Amino acid sequence: MQPDTLIWILLALSALAFYLGRNRAIQASSGHIRNLHSLPTYYGYFVALWCGLPALVILCLWLLFDDKLILQMVISQLPESWRNLPEDQLSLIINQIHNLVAGETGRQEVDPALQRAADHYRQLKAIGYQALTVLVLVIATASLTYGYRHVSPQMRARNSVEKVVRFTLILSSTLAIFVTIGIVLSVLFEAVRFFSKIPVTEFLFGLKWSPQMAIRADQVGASGAFGFIPLLTGTLLISAIAMAVATPIGLLAAIYLSEYAKSRTRSIVKPLLEVLAGVPTVVYGFFAALVVAPLLRDFGIELGLKVSAESALAAGLVMGVMIIPFVSSLTDDALTAVPRSLREGAYGLGATQAETITGVVLPAALPGIVSGLLLAVSRAIGETMIVVMAAGMTAKLTLNPLESVTTITVQIVALLVGDQEFDSPKTLAAFALGLTLFLITLALNLVALHVVRKFREQYE
Amino acid sequence: MNNDANQTLEIVKSGLARRRRRETRFRWYGRIAIFIAMAFLALLLFSILARGISAFQQTYIAVDVYLNPEELAPPTPEHLGKVDFEGLIRQSLRETFPEVTGRRQKRALYRLVSSSAAYELRDWVLQHPDQLGKAVTIWVLAGSDVDMYMKGAVDVSVPEDQRRLKDDQIRWIEQLRQQGRLDLRFNKVFFLNGDSREPEQAGILVAFKGSLYMMIVTLALSFPLGIAAAIYLEEFAPKKNFWVDMVEININNLAAVPSIVFGLLGLAVFLGYFGLPRSTPLVGGLTLTLMTLPTVIIASRAALTAVPPSIREAALGVGASRTQTVFHHVLPLAMPGMLTGAIIGMARALGETAPLLMIGMVAFIVDPPQGLLDPATALPVQIYLWADSPERGFVERTSAAIIVLLVFLGLMNLLAVLLRRRLEKRW
Repeated sequence: MQPDTLIWILLALSALAFYLGRNRAIQASSGHIRNLHSLPTYYGYFVALWCGLPALVILCLWLLFDDKLILQMVISQLPESWRNLPEDQLSLIINQIHNLVAGETGRQEVDPALQRAADHYRQLKAIGYQALTVLVLVIATASLTYGYRHVSPQMRARNSVEKVVRFTLILSSTLAIFVTIGIVLSVLFEAVRFFSKIPVTEFLFGLKWSPQMAIRADQVGASGAFGFIPLLTGTLLISAIAMAVATPIGLLAAIYLSEYAKSRTRSIVKPLLEVLAGVPTVVYGFFAALVVAPLLRDFGIELGLKVSAESALAAGLVMGVMIIPFVSSLTDDALTAVPRSLREGAYGLGATQAETITGVVLPAALPGIVSGLLLAVSRAIGETMIVVMAAGMTAKLTLNPLESVTTITVQIVALLVGDQEFDSPKTLAAFALGLTLFLITLALNLVALHVVRKFREQYE
Repeated sequence: MNNDANQTLEIVKSGLARRRRRETRFRWYGRIAIFIAMAFLALLLFSILARGISAFQQTYIAVDVYLNPEELAPPTPEHLGKVDFEGLIRQSLRETFPEVTGRRQKRALYRLVSSSAAYELRDWVLQHPDQLGKAVTIWVLAGSDVDMYMKGAVDVSVPEDQRRLKDDQIRWIEQLRQQGRLDLRFNKVFFLNGDSREPEQAGILVAFKGSLYMMIVTLALSFPLGIAAAIYLEEFAPKKNFWVDMVEININNLAAVPSIVFGLLGLAVFLGYFGLPRSTPLVGGLTLTLMTLPTVIIASRAALTAVPPSIREAALGVGASRTQTVFHHVLPLAMPGMLTGAIIGMARALGETAPLLMIGMVAFIVDPPQGLLDPATALPVQIYLWADSPERGFVERTSAAIIVLLVFLGLMNLLAVLLRRRLEKRW
């Protein structure tokens, strides 16, 4: 039986268990529900959980591990000469077996040994599913009976059910930790393998980035250089341009909206700014590559400047537009958190509204604004689609915004999109870049959090 | 004393005009900033609308064919699969323009019709077996260059050798147009086809279905998990506990991790470790779930804190357990806010591209996916793929796909706003 039908059967069994449990509780109450410790439905849930949970756990564990086990068994049956192949060639054979099992034979003749292995795999899988069906059904009925026989008026069904509920809630909330650990481990693991091939110092301080590795030893001009500095300068250049656009516009817009604008203007402009934030980044990338970059190039020709078709300026400019709503909404929050009394104190001393804002409100809101800007920088550094579509591919060590530069995220995409083997320094380099990206943004986020916690005035 | 006060007044008065000017200037800075932001938004939307709106129409061309029963009967799929419908269409074109001779010229003429025309004709014959033996006029897809010319996107002033569309072809197109054999119709192909190398045959169905499946997976996972996590953190978690603090810091940090890093995680864990198939909506949905989860948790927590404590106290006062209080009383009241948060999270996930590139959803896929484990693309990825194509026809399709994506995002956000207005209570 297929696992998905098994899950449906299990659900149906649990529903049955619910009714059985509830009815037994009602019967045991001898006509008065108040004789029971919990409401009858809780007895139903209790039995249903007993029926469903253990079987479901077994089912999930089985599905997680059966492929690996079966594969081991199939490999141990392969001819001697194949088993002793190096790992990458073995994995090729395993792939072929998988394809055969899936029925994708292709046109060429199939090796009989391979066909045998595929048949063996299929057979083991079928046996496995049969065993799983029996196992799950037996466990489900056994635990159902156990739970059912436990139902009695004195049993604290509600407390047991609530314990399970509480446990589920805790488990879901710890998922965030697991995700972080997963990110760190998965990226770190590959990055360490990368650093075992390329020294860390060369990566961190190298001035040249060209990840083309020689496929054959005698190939010319493809030595592969993994110097991270040009990527970092490119990323910082584009982020700096973006912040140079977003900071003044975002700040001033937020100040105007929260201090000056009438509520009608606010109710129109704020949603429009949110539209700017809701536009997907791939759309910004298209806009940058198709509208802004040619515009800048034509403008450059007018001025007698040579502007690259993939200039850092175009990408940075559009990224800045993308970040405007981010900056303005965070600034807005910081400004509204400043209490009225401060403003009124300043007015009382005769300050104009502008003087109040620049002299009193902004300094008071500064920690919030600074942390918002740091978050915006972290966002600009991690932004991918705009730079993939509008910035260049070749790593140049330059600070000229009219030239084309590349960024960390562009290189990650370039290294991982398309066909590649999982072990070459090229793909591993993407994970090393991912690790540095994660660390940079993590540091910025933590600093931003710290700034707010440390310097924020508490007005109460 | 009096003199002093007068002096102060003088100082204040002399500076007053300057300060007032500064005040007005400051106001104008704010207005200009807002104006610039709005101008960018307008330019963005306008440039995409202007490029994309024409893609909702497509040029069709009328061809006269004689359905020879000797060749076509019996009209079964097996038999018609062997018939040379392309030859029929080419013959019809040659008959319309008898003056065209020479191989080069003929090939240029054939390019007026899309390469899918033969299949359209075959399907038409399959559906109308009673028309065998008659001469019929059938509207088939025109080539992308013809389509672009009909929409006025071909610059005729460019020298002929730098144009895809040659002078001869333009002459034929004009002739066809005068005969009423070219027509702009609603572009069904765009909504019913998968990707294609030919712009006129490319559509968003694969991407749309892929996005839909991914959203289903993401919603089904991130909504319950997010709510459960939020309930625990808001209602049950002990205050001042190391682990709870860890969870909170992690959630806040994950909300700010670049999306591409989630893609790397998906690549290493879902594809590398669990060995799930590449390019499938299941893996895309799982990756997006991890990405949207922090958003959903944060929004759900905000919705829970907005429920006043008096509700909880009243429920506890009449003897409900804490779990009952939360699930029977607090949760229903917080639900509108949670739904709003989930929809906004979904909208973000729908527009996300970078993590999907990492898990191999950038593939050329023609056949729409039938389930969660069939290879597919997503709408934003399709936009990215088409944006790379140099043909003018694809620029139009890209913009049109963006319009479709933006319409969906707009609808989702509208739904969120309406939900908030309709269901949310102010305490």
